[in-house]
Amino acid sequence: MFFSSPFKLKSKGIMGMNQRNSGYIGRYNPRKLYPLVDNKLKTKIIAREANVTTPALLGVISMQAEVEQVETYIKDTPGFVIKPAKGSGGKGILVITKVENGRYYKPNGDEESLAEIKRHVTDILAGLFSLGGSADVAVVEGLIQFDDAFDGFSFEGVPDVRVIVFKGFPVMAMMRLSTAASDGKANLHQGAVGVGIDITSGKAINAVQFDKPVKFHPDTNKELALLEVPRWERLIYLASSCYEMSGMGYLGTDMVLDRDLGPMLLELNARPGLAIQIANGQGILPRLKLIESLGNDHGMSVEERIEFCKKHFSDQSN
Amino acid sequence: MNARSFFFVLVAGLMSLGIFQTVQRHMALDIPWMPGETRIIWNIDAKIDFNANEGPVLASLTTPERQAGFTKISQNAASPGYGLSFIDDGETNKAEWTIREAKGKQTLYYNIQVLEDPKSLDQGILEMPELFEKEYEASNASAGSAIIKAALKTSADSFSFTREVLKQLNAEVANQNVALILTNKVSKTDLLIALLNEAKIPTKKVGALVLEDGRRRQHLTPLVEVFQEKDGVITSKLFDANSLGTVNRDNLLLWDQSGKALLELTGGSDSKVSFSMIQQEQPALSALLQKSENEHLFNFSIHSLPVEDQSLFKGILMIPLGVLIVVMMRVLVGLKTSGTFMPVLIAMAFIQTSLVTGLVGFILLVAVGLFIRSYLSHLNLLLVSRISTVIIMVILLIALFGVLSYKLGLTEGLKITFFPMIILSWTIERMSVLWEEEGAKEVMTQGGGSLLVAVLAYFVMSNDVTRHLMFNFIGLQFVVMSLVLLLGSYTGYRLLELRRFKPLADKE
Repeated sequence: MFFSSPFKLKSKGIMGMNQRNSGYIGRYNPRKLYPLVDNKLKTKIIAREANVTTPALLGVISMQAEVEQVETYIKDTPGFVIKPAKGSGGKGILVITKVENGRYYKPNGDEESLAEIKRHVTDILAGLFSLGGSADVAVVEGLIQFDDAFDGFSFEGVPDVRVIVFKGFPVMAMMRLSTAASDGKANLHQGAVGVGIDITSGKAINAVQFDKPVKFHPDTNKELALLEVPRWERLIYLASSCYEMSGMGYLGTDMVLDRDLGPMLLELNARPGLAIQIANGQGILPRLKLIESLGNDHGMSVEERIEFCKKHFSDQSN
Repeated sequence: MNARSFFFVLVAGLMSLGIFQTVQRHMALDIPWMPGETRIIWNIDAKIDFNANEGPVLASLTTPERQAGFTKISQNAASPGYGLSFIDDGETNKAEWTIREAKGKQTLYYNIQVLEDPKSLDQGILEMPELFEKEYEASNASAGSAIIKAALKTSADSFSFTREVLKQLNAEVANQNVALILTNKVSKTDLLIALLNEAKIPTKKVGALVLEDGRRRQHLTPLVEVFQEKDGVITSKLFDANSLGTVNRDNLLLWDQSGKALLELTGGSDSKVSFSMIQQEQPALSALLQKSENEHLFNFSIHSLPVEDQSLFKGILMIPLGVLIVVMMRVLVGLKTSGTFMPVLIAMAFIQTSLVTGLVGFILLVAVGLFIRSYLSHLNLLLVSRISTVIIMVILLIALFGVLSYKLGLTEGLKITFFPMIILSWTIERMSVLWEEEGAKEVMTQGGGSLLVAVLAYFVMSNDVTRHLMFNFIGLQFVVMSLVLLLGSYTGYRLLELRRFKPLADKE
């Protein structure tokens, strides 16, 4: 059969796009808070206020006339990322992992000229990558020196951890590993490998690429079941506290692990995708329903919420 | 009432409002459900011949009044040199020709178009016509009273009395009294009227035209309208003096209900009125529209707008259907499209160009556009000017395709100009970025999705039946709106998600 039965999906607690849009995003994410989340610069500012670590901010370019200055921000760095503040779905993110003698190299080794970098900044300012095409600003961030724990798990890109935080509870997590197919990007629909992560231990439970189960990383052949996210406690704590910080009820938090600085918040997503269910091999609805059943007056602190999730959503308990 | 039940009440309200308005419009105004239904229109000419006697002439012809089964659509008259006016004095309608001086043989034409219209009713009768004294020869008076006396015995009211009289008049073996009267040079109709008046039953002489396609030189058939008052309500029936029962009014147009003369002529002689007629079949809608010009029935609708604006609305009113398709494809199926309502705009362009031309043109334009745009991307241009360049390029491409196809003898290619250029340029720009960022596959997915939805929307929007329905029943807009609202509250799985999550569902 080409299609599976909708009743089967329902019984597995798998959430569909329509339900996500109207039942969770529409209901729990107040419209007026979207700019905070959709604008990476604003997210960075509130994250700093909430003591949530974020990658270093090298500079912000908000006007065409400033584009020439981009060189001053990036000249002396070992590597950097230029992204649109209002970009979505990883669009418009330029990653330079090596700067040598004024020459810039992308993760796959291709050289990017300064002129091309400036054009990219110009495109960002004109709003090519922003939601609805509105004018935008370009944010220059320091490159994350990603943790050695992920050696061999990711190909030419920064692996990140996506944690779905529902009303402050970390309900589901996955790791996104870039592949040759995904061109160093961590988006699952572009071919990145998604690895479901156990909320309790930070260990891999399941892995998929292009929505199909995989056992080994397609480029490095590393066994994905061995993956374990270091400093998991800290990471999940940071992710959960994004609820208080942003006010968003249904939130996708993208976390990265820096070798020196530990877990940090890369960006927030008010419309997290559904692939996390496939990566975990489980539907997310039973978990969301459980938290909804707690009501609004549970009065739990961040730690208590994490404990609650560890108790109920652990891979072992299933 | 909570928000959710209010929502369903709103949806149900909108839907029933839409359906009610639609059904009501169909019932009340007789607008057909399907396009292409036809109605019969009778086009009737009355020809008046007479000899004018060197002086002023006034000819007035009685014309049909409102009556059951027919609706007058238009009337006009051809009469060189004559002044013409249509008079409605409250009792009878007339066409009146006047001229200061005329000599010799004159011919006047009066033309009327009537629609066969089961919705049309007779005018109510407010008062009985007056009785009048019809003289017939004294020697016949006693014969007449004998007929009346016999009929009175076997009848209950005016109508049955009339039937009884007719029985005697038309008996195979004529009785003595009838034979006595009929030998005189009186028509049966006049005789019937005289007898009925004698019996104090009000009557009126009516001239009816038997409608038959292609007949010429017809004359009015005289009929007798018999009135009766019962419980304060006046009713009337038509009788033909040469038959026994009441008259079947199918195919009968009551032309002259004045009870007087069909034609009144002063300043002329030897007048003669004859009729010829043809039957025309017209699309029901245009027939109804012509009818409405007289009745202002359509006043509160799009049909009251000038024709040019109407045709504009014809297109606009189809958009909700296209939008509905987009919503269905995205919410129920889960197709990706580039730009939410781009497919509707493309579909509207397809309607102008025809499907195949449109598809070929669109794919050609986008393909060539993408090719040129990939060169532009090396020039390091600012976004706005780059898109502007793409717009100009698209216009040049359209011109080029137009000229090329014309030279090749394919006039279809000229229609490519109907594409919304700014939107086409944005599409090319977005697709180009998409190509660079996510690869050709995503471009195919989104572009293909857009085209597929556009083609579906095209078929729905260009369908004759849907066009007819959406344009004539404005209530359907509410129905579409309620459907869109309903789809907006659908939280079930999309069709493509059943595929996407299949590995997950099949696990264990």
